[in-house]
Amino acid sequence: MDAMQYEAPGSVDEAVALLAAADGAAWVLAGGTDLLVQLRADLIEPGLVVDIKGISELRAITPENGGFRIGAAVTGAELGEHEGVKAVWPGVVEAMELIGSVQIQGRATLGGNLCNASPAADSVPALIAAEALCSVVGPKGRREVAVAEVATGPGETSLGPGEIVVDILLPERPARAADAYLRFIPRTEMDIAVVGVAVSLVLDERGVCAQARVALGAVAPRALLVPEAAAALIGGTVDDDALERLAAAARAACRPIDDMRGTVAYRTKVAGVLARRAAGIALARARSE
Amino acid sequence: MAKYHVSTSINDEAVEFLCEPQQTLLDVLRDELQLFGSKEGCSSGDCGACSVMLDGRLVCACLVLGVEAEGRAVETIEGMAKGDQLHPLQQSFLEEAALQCGVCTPGILIAAKALLERNPNPTETEVRYWLAGNLCRCTGYDKIVRSVLAVAEEMRGG
Repeated sequence: MDAMQYEAPGSVDEAVALLAAADGAAWVLAGGTDLLVQLRADLIEPGLVVDIKGISELRAITPENGGFRIGAAVTGAELGEHEGVKAVWPGVVEAMELIGSVQIQGRATLGGNLCNASPAADSVPALIAAEALCSVVGPKGRREVAVAEVATGPGETSLGPGEIVVDILLPERPARAADAYLRFIPRTEMDIAVVGVAVSLVLDERGVCAQARVALGAVAPRALLVPEAAAALIGGTVDDDALERLAAAARAACRPIDDMRGTVAYRTKVAGVLARRAAGIALARARSE
Repeated sequence: MAKYHVSTSINDEAVEFLCEPQQTLLDVLRDELQLFGSKEGCSSGDCGACSVMLDGRLVCACLVLGVEAEGRAVETIEGMAKGDQLHPLQQSFLEEAALQCGVCTPGILIAAKALLERNPNPTETEVRYWLAGNLCRCTGYDKIVRSVLAVAEEMRGG
């Protein structure tokens, strides 16, 4: 690393101005659990590093219209300690909490996990299933983007020069609604998802699934929303037949790679298994609402 | 290259240092402040040998920039014993032989102390999950886990 410059602005406008004026490489530093590793390994060019942790609104979790606006620099540990978010969006919280060790949880952020754009990012399928929106601020002002539109491929995002994800909005939930996230890794901790599956669903008074969203991670260049998988659940009581159709749709959506963590065939099979299990957990949670 | 001037607190003492922007907190502790207790293992946040507390959170010092310590409170293994009085975890690790080469030990002690402050009565499973970010290639972990559980009981007055 050489020619690095560090700035810790106190406002979003200041951060955007710094990034927009950067001559060469410029990086947003939130938790640093990806950025500092990439810098250290010479995977990215050093340059301007803008630390956004000094911006108070990016560190806050704010209730909003029955949902929650979560600052991009909120850490996994802080999210996991927030009883309000846990109660309404347990799947999002469990996905974020799966990332790394206690040490990583003390630093890693929801915004960082999103913008690092790993296909295997644990929080992203859960945020997509939750239909979360993020606020992006840049030189041209503020815009709202669906979380699913942020990553465009491994390490690539749709953010323009000088743009920062400042917060993520988890919407309000009706009664009898719940979400769940499951991932498969070869050990019980400290690994990267071979497959991740998030399921979010809403039941009506009769226990019929009225709405559902299913998202897959680590089986394509970016996390995928799978409407065919959700369609298998909607309109029924999430019985065994629906779960099998869900699994088949999840498998059909997979476009994974072969690597040391799993083959194409293995990832595809596991996606179906995890989809069934995650739907079962979401269903049980929604019924106990 | 211009150096950054950082004012921070390390083990409850006000400390000022100069560092380059790319230096990690671990680099600063070891190379600028001669605090050699925190170890460098992987430099990628996997092994936990550099575990320290930053504003009361357990973190890997290799994943924090030195400049980020400005205005914050850092606790390292050097602050764990009070003079000659070892922390009960340190004493127990000695008595139970919960270390062999010792490279992972400072990080594990810091992490275990953070666990017991949050959860004075952890189960064995909770201890193992909490310490999953601290790798030890010598002990097989059993003695470490047993030591932590024994100290938890002792500190609860059991």
